[in-house]
Amino acid sequence: MLTINKLPLRFAAVATLAVASTFGVAAHATDITGAGSSFVYPVMSKWSAAYAEKTGHHLNYQSVGSGAGIAQIKEGTIDFGASDAPMKAEDLQKYGLGQFPIVVGGIVPVVNIAGVQAGQIKLDGTTLADIFLGKITHWNDPKIAALNAGLSLPAGKITVVHRSDGSGTSFNFTNYLSKVSNEWATKVKFGTAVEWPTGVGGKGNEGVSQYVRQIKGSIGYVEYAYAVKNKISWVDLKNAAGNVVSPTAASFAAAAATADWASAKDFNLIMTNAPGDQAWPITATTWVIMYKSPKNAGNSKVAFDFFKSALEQGQQAASELDYVPLPTTLVSQIEAYWASEFKH
Amino acid sequence: MNSPYLRRRITNALAMVLSTLATLIGLAFLAWILWETLRQGISALDLKLFTKVTAYGEDGGLLNSMVGSLVINFIGIGIATPIGVLAGTWLAEYANRTRLGESIRFLNDILLSAPSIVMGLFVYTIIVLPSTALTHGSTTFSGFAGGVALALIALPVIVRTTDEMLRLVPSTLREAALSLGVPQWKLTLQILIRAARSGIITGVLLALARISGETAPLLFTSFGNNYMAINPMDKMSSLPQIIYQYANDPGDAMHALAWAGAFVITMFVLLLSLASRLILSRTKVSHD
Amino acid sequence: MPAIETAISTTDILEQRSRRDARHERLFRWVLKGCALIVLASLLGAAGATLWGGRDAFGTFGWHFLVSSEWDPGNDVYGAMVPVYGTVVTSFIALLIAVPISFGIAVYLSEVAPAWLRTPVASAIELLAGIPSIIYGMWGLFIFAPFFADHIKPWLTSNLGNKPDDGKLSWVAEHVPFVGKLFGSDYPFGASILVAGIVLAIMIIPFISSVMREVFQTVPTRLKESAYALGSSTWEVSWDIVLPYTRSAVIGGIFLGLGRALGETMAVTFVLGNAMHLSASLLDPGASIASTIANQFSEAAGLQKSALMALAFLLFVVTFFVLLIARLMLRRLASKEGR
Repeated sequence: MLTINKLPLRFAAVATLAVASTFGVAAHATDITGAGSSFVYPVMSKWSAAYAEKTGHHLNYQSVGSGAGIAQIKEGTIDFGASDAPMKAEDLQKYGLGQFPIVVGGIVPVVNIAGVQAGQIKLDGTTLADIFLGKITHWNDPKIAALNAGLSLPAGKITVVHRSDGSGTSFNFTNYLSKVSNEWATKVKFGTAVEWPTGVGGKGNEGVSQYVRQIKGSIGYVEYAYAVKNKISWVDLKNAAGNVVSPTAASFAAAAATADWASAKDFNLIMTNAPGDQAWPITATTWVIMYKSPKNAGNSKVAFDFFKSALEQGQQAASELDYVPLPTTLVSQIEAYWASEFKH
Repeated sequence: MNSPYLRRRITNALAMVLSTLATLIGLAFLAWILWETLRQGISALDLKLFTKVTAYGEDGGLLNSMVGSLVINFIGIGIATPIGVLAGTWLAEYANRTRLGESIRFLNDILLSAPSIVMGLFVYTIIVLPSTALTHGSTTFSGFAGGVALALIALPVIVRTTDEMLRLVPSTLREAALSLGVPQWKLTLQILIRAARSGIITGVLLALARISGETAPLLFTSFGNNYMAINPMDKMSSLPQIIYQYANDPGDAMHALAWAGAFVITMFVLLLSLASRLILSRTKVSHD
Repeated sequence: MPAIETAISTTDILEQRSRRDARHERLFRWVLKGCALIVLASLLGAAGATLWGGRDAFGTFGWHFLVSSEWDPGNDVYGAMVPVYGTVVTSFIALLIAVPISFGIAVYLSEVAPAWLRTPVASAIELLAGIPSIIYGMWGLFIFAPFFADHIKPWLTSNLGNKPDDGKLSWVAEHVPFVGKLFGSDYPFGASILVAGIVLAIMIIPFISSVMREVFQTVPTRLKESAYALGSSTWEVSWDIVLPYTRSAVIGGIFLGLGRALGETMAVTFVLGNAMHLSASLLDPGASIASTIANQFSEAAGLQKSALMALAFLLFVVTFFVLLIARLMLRRLASKEGR
């Protein structure tokens, strides 16, 4: 007589159910995936946490770089991409994508000069470009002194610190230099990675901050949040309107407000050297890129809901993290763009 | 005074001193790095590290990254160990001096030095892209793909060490078994691998130590996840990846979390290697 | 006794068993060979993928890609010289430092250390392998490189370099060839080829020393005892008996370390300085293949991406040649010994 011991069978059944339930748990809330620019990682994380609390949907954002974000949205492995550089109209059309800005921030030149505090030294676009071109090599150069009457500058050598990795920060910075200096525009051009005429390369904003803090007489460029949190001295710049401005949330917002969004198709407008009176010259935005006809309708719907709540209610969180909320006119333009271009 | 004898004594003394010095140098660097890791991460080393999921800001922990790392490393080592040990066995026992064996050994050494980011991109092409297409976007990145990428990095390490350890087993063992009529497969499985067991486990541990600290291959395979995920077909977070993310953050709070995460990884590898040594030391194989 | 019981004789049983063993043997061999072929397939797949990705770059630049040291993403001109040079030199420095130290550690652990100390110290050294590579990078960038720049680099540049701070070349820099160029640098910070080489050395020491220690323990005691009986010192046993006996495995361990050094991405990216121009000095920043790919891949597109994939393929090629040379040298050594 053969008897089957029922215990192992029951155990197996329970175990299978337990394992199967883990497969099931992931399915009930929608998971949206986004990737791209590291510039927006902090604010995306904050928005995602708030949204998950509100609706239970999970939004996963990873900062793999703007270029990789664009590549992955083209390959359809993510639901939206985020890029610090706008995509060209032909590319958008070819892949059936649309793009819209999501947040604004500033890029600030930072220096390490003995005795110079944050905001004490003033430069203008041409001088900044000449420094990065390697044409101005010492801090007491007459061109710098001319802009800084009353500030005693040391005779030391200038060490330029730039980015060694490809980055949207470099894209916007070099774009600004191209706009204010013909020599830069022809010799170096702009992009996420360029052949820097001089200087040393730090990896990431963190690497540049580190080098600027370590090397006396150095100058670099970082996102505003890094300058604030690492307490490095930033530089005041003379903007296109001829006024010297400090990098603050107000001056970034002024740049965003005076940029001509209405005439830019697909919001393809790089805001550097904005015309406003109090505008900060190196203000940048990050674009979210999504499919106009979504590959996954459910995910796309949740994604738009997320961005709507981020643009309308998430601005407080953005300012706490040293970003600048989008002006309300721009938000309405974006929502109109959604309604007209994207199929929900 | 016997001059050559004195010279030999001096050489011996010098060698012993230098070898002790070498060990002290190694230990000094270890202490320096561990000390710095602890010092930078101490502010984040508390219970909430192990109980909360990653969240931007001071309230976050690393729970989902730890779980993700465990799953992905387990898959990686789980795939690499059997294939690696068996391939190493083939190289050592069945193809020791053949052309094919030598070539595969050579090519395995080349695979050893492949940059980890290349392996990640390779797995992106052969697993992530096809699975996106096949499942219409519902499964794209996955912890499984990350595990495969890590397996490709661990594989050549395990193959190499298994191969070498098996070749060091004295032929007398083989000949004795064969003379008793034991078939070669039984000899290999039950005698040789057992004899070389300590060395093979060292190889597996070294491979595990290596993959548990890798970030680059996971960026395009397991992608990362801000929330808890246990299903390997989901995107998963992992400790090295979150360390990389937080290390590049402007604020110091996130940096501390990054260092704390690194400390956790190191302690995990230490515990694992101590545990396996303890298990091994119970049955020591003597080489006489 | 029925006659039918003796029909199954011992020879039949033996034959059945040997046939079954032969089947198992074939199956076993087949499985093993399959696994080895998986290894082969992985390598060919990875190398093939990089070659395929780099075809545009190779097509555009041809052989010039190998010798050009330009890297200009703005004008889409790329050359592999700087990263290849950086990879080879940093790995060479790493091996130069790590192999003697690993050997010293292995000798210490197998011959010198008292028994109770062996396992703790061995586990401690292996701990170095468990530290994530990004921590090596962060420690290198934030702690070791500044320390090096403040305390070691000034000494090197003043005493050995051709760009000393006070302008006076030392005797060594003037009279010994190459030394001046190797150690001259006017960069004010620590990230450099030498520092990257040192960090890599620390990373690969646990691999090489673990393998060495493991194999030193497999040397038959009677071999060592016979040498001691003839009056050898501990060092002579290690150098003349243990090392030759385990030579192949030791070389294998060194290759493990070399492989890690050649392909290491994260740590080198942080401490190498990532300067895409060629410099003879070890104290200047440089670039390696893995660090260039890691730095630029996420933002690259088009020809730049293809150039990065071409670099990855070149790493396979460089490894191929390095290993080939190593094997040829070993074969010469072995033939000299009559094997």
